[in-house]
Amino acid sequence: MAAASLNSVVSAIQAKFQVAQKTEFRGETTLTVERTEIKDLCAFCKDTLGFAMLLDLSGVDNFGTEPRFEVVYELYQMDTDAHLRLKIAVSEDALEVPSVITIWPTADWHEREAFDMYGITFTGHPDLRRILMWEGYPFFPLRKDFPLAGRASDMPDVAFSKAAPLAGGPFVTVPSTATTKDREPRSREQS
Amino acid sequence: MLQTSPVAYDSKIEGNIIFTQIDSAMNWMRKNSLWPMPMGLACCAIELMAAGASRFDIARFGAEVMRFSPRQSDVMIVAGTVTYKMALAVKRIWDQMPEPKWCIAMGACASSGGMYRSYAVLQGIDQLIPVDVYISGCPPRPEALLEGLMRLQRKIETEHPLREQKRELIASFNA
Repeated sequence: MAAASLNSVVSAIQAKFQVAQKTEFRGETTLTVERTEIKDLCAFCKDTLGFAMLLDLSGVDNFGTEPRFEVVYELYQMDTDAHLRLKIAVSEDALEVPSVITIWPTADWHEREAFDMYGITFTGHPDLRRILMWEGYPFFPLRKDFPLAGRASDMPDVAFSKAAPLAGGPFVTVPSTATTKDREPRSREQS
Repeated sequence: MLQTSPVAYDSKIEGNIIFTQIDSAMNWMRKNSLWPMPMGLACCAIELMAAGASRFDIARFGAEVMRFSPRQSDVMIVAGTVTYKMALAVKRIWDQMPEPKWCIAMGACASSGGMYRSYAVLQGIDQLIPVDVYISGCPPRPEALLEGLMRLQRKIETEHPLREQKRELIASFNA
């Protein structure tokens, strides 16, 4: 039932808005849409198509490609159990996305987090402060060019941070199809 | 320094009277009623709560009065991961605690950052405030916390509060 209603949802969106790409993967539908249209599209999705719930809003850093950033919206329709994902591409030169806080109030903290971690500005957000790092922290730590150990920062009398010691690290999984031994988090120091 | 017994007591001669030094009397009173400031920041706080509950019963050591006001606490138990953002609040609460005060870094995170080698985590609370006792473990069992508390009590026994107060007073006259 969900798949049938989702098809009509997608065609309704395609009739009114520009859809650059439609991806189906394991029963999940992803639409890549225009950045300038995202607010109207979200309002359309909620008011006309019945996506009453914004499950998540997150940023993505595709470091090395252009446009560099993406913002992902996960929408959910409770009556039909339909799930729709919207993606917009955001270039590093114009890191501005219209806020959807007037459509779903839950977008408040999600947008603050995306701003805190990636530096994406959400225009129209009433209170766009950092949420995880402290006010005045100079970096955006989830960007791919930011080291896991962190960078030293200094705010006299208020806060400081130092690079964390990563003996043999960073201990992170390596995405590949190789064996578990090659993928697991372990010391990979090249010395 | 020569350490003689801080307490002299002979029931035949003295009855209900104990002779002691004021330093050791103060130490004895301080170490047996350490009111903790429970700085519970992560899973160590669960073990801290277990230490306060009936099975482990931190009240046996006079430290059961968890004070949520820094003005009334003696020992800050930093239990958990200290992120840089939280570190500001921990430092502020530490500064609000009146002297004399002590600090226990409970668990790997509070002692050294633990497994969080990350841009967001302070690598040990001793970078901000002076720590008296470090407790290993991730998280430490309540017994380990009690052991740490007993170590702190032993450390307090070696202090000379009045002598130090006098020295500070004399230094202030000379200054």
